[in-house]
Amino acid sequence: MTIGMHAPILAIAVPLLGAFALPVLAKVHRSLRDLWAIAVGAFTCAMVITVAVQAFTSGIQVYTLGAASPTDTIASGGFPIRIMLVVDGMSAFMGLISALVGLASLIYAFHFLKEEQGKTLAMTLFFLLWAGMLGMEYTGDMFNFFVFLEVTSIAACALVGYRTWESRPAEAAFKTMAMYTVGGLLVLLAIGILYGEHGALNLAYLSSRIAGSQLDKIALGLLLGGLLMKAGAVPAHMWAPDAYGEAPAQAAIVLVANTQASLYGLWRVLFTLFAGALSAPAVGWLVTSLGVLTLLVAVLMAVIQTDLGRLIAYGAVSQIGYMLLGVGVGLTVLSSRPDFGLVAMQGGIFHMMNDAATIGLLFLAAGVVKRAVGTRDLRALGGLGHDLKWTGGFFFLGAMALAGIPPLNGFASKLLIYESSFRLSPILTAIAVLGSILLLAVFARAFQGAFLGPRLREAKPASLSMLIAMGVLAAVILAMGLVPDFFVEHLVTPAAEALWRGRDLYLAAVLGG
Amino acid sequence: MIGNFPFVVCMILIALGLWALLFRRNLIKLAIGITLIESGVNLFLVTLGYVRAGVAPIYTYAPPGAKMVLPTPQALTLTSIVIGLATTALMLAFAVVIYRHRGTLDARKIRELKG
Repeated sequence: MTIGMHAPILAIAVPLLGAFALPVLAKVHRSLRDLWAIAVGAFTCAMVITVAVQAFTSGIQVYTLGAASPTDTIASGGFPIRIMLVVDGMSAFMGLISALVGLASLIYAFHFLKEEQGKTLAMTLFFLLWAGMLGMEYTGDMFNFFVFLEVTSIAACALVGYRTWESRPAEAAFKTMAMYTVGGLLVLLAIGILYGEHGALNLAYLSSRIAGSQLDKIALGLLLGGLLMKAGAVPAHMWAPDAYGEAPAQAAIVLVANTQASLYGLWRVLFTLFAGALSAPAVGWLVTSLGVLTLLVAVLMAVIQTDLGRLIAYGAVSQIGYMLLGVGVGLTVLSSRPDFGLVAMQGGIFHMMNDAATIGLLFLAAGVVKRAVGTRDLRALGGLGHDLKWTGGFFFLGAMALAGIPPLNGFASKLLIYESSFRLSPILTAIAVLGSILLLAVFARAFQGAFLGPRLREAKPASLSMLIAMGVLAAVILAMGLVPDFFVEHLVTPAAEALWRGRDLYLAAVLGG
Repeated sequence: MIGNFPFVVCMILIALGLWALLFRRNLIKLAIGITLIESGVNLFLVTLGYVRAGVAPIYTYAPPGAKMVLPTPQALTLTSIVIGLATTALMLAFAVVIYRHRGTLDARKIRELKG
């Protein structure tokens, strides 16, 4: 009974408790609240890292709630009835992304949020969102997945719209809430159909039963639709730029990580739940073409933006397209499993972590700009590089990494996607490269417009905690760009293998033998 | 004999909700549309667990040998209703905030964010 044994549930329960205790402690004293937030944040990160180390070194971790021993998965009758957390390589990888982004957001928030503008509320909602994200990534039970999905929906929309003294956030939050709720209900309907057909909610057990009947196909369609709506893929992307653009910077980066948690749900559904029944490449082609469409539409929309926040938001949507493209190529060729399929999966999954770090850095830099001069309109900005030297440097680094300039991490993952999607169809690669070129143009314009040129006005420099948060993400970007092989070998490959070949191991870990 | 009638009712409710979402422009009516979809899905879950001539699934009160309705869908529905309450409350709160700022609930006139 060591603490490491219970790490998966603690990683979810501690931020949940942290969220609800935070406003109470804030009533006592603000410094007590800050101390609590630091303690909860550090402990959660430690638990996520523990889980990841365990999953990467000793295989799939299964934790059963309500059993005498947490490793006791099967109830009497040979049937898994309890709620389980199942952490394989992919879940552990996603947990690390959430922990990284959550940590950066928490550090940034200390000096970025103002007390009189709901700092306590924003921090509470952040911890709730964090717990929901980790829950989505670790759970091995379909209904539990839905519950955590809705926890993230409610917390994310509240984070977008809690600044009620402005009119735009409420509009963005209403739109986002409508999309999230409909997406969540589609997922719930699909779970209901699967329960009605197979009589279970456990992911591994359902996976062993699904054989591709008509009802299974309807459920797959509903799950795909619901999760893509939450992930913000074209044609259901309308909420994403509004939500990312209007949310305060420290919340926007967690929203991006939340989008990736929905994508994780999609990978789990496609590669674990339905892999036994998916023989035709049609679903893979659907995901691939949605990915190409998403990146192209989002990049073209980014070209015409004049608001720095919305410009980065469209950049964030376009990155979802690269992930869908990479993993979609892998899914298309899943039945024959050629080598380039695994490379495509590695590219798509590596890109998730790159996107979290680069888009996160850009949003945080844009938050500094907004705080320094009170506007993010590129037509009014200029010359901020004189006062915001570090922020300008971080923005430049993020922009170059996003566009995929060679020594940085975006290049490493995009190269994997290019060389593998080329084997499936050169047109996919051509569109993906075009997207990257346009992204470079967009972000070069944004950097030039905001940071270069003569000094137009005095800008308030960034506070220490904001610089530390940006420094953490910048360090991750540089590390992943300079030694990509290390990250691909030790983090990305186990995650990609867990989806590519890991379904049998996943089933065996839960159902035994 | 009710056959598949309850399932048909669920799907009609969901379709009505989707229709409201697509063709109504009042924010309150959009929230009502989402509530309709939610009710349809909840009804679907409850219907799944129904067993003809079944009794409530409480072992100590059930007569020996009686058939019971499935308890899991009822638990799911309860959870789903609570989540639905939270989302509806949040949506209506946002609608109130929008009305205070803009003086209208017409989605066509609330277009600060586009492009």
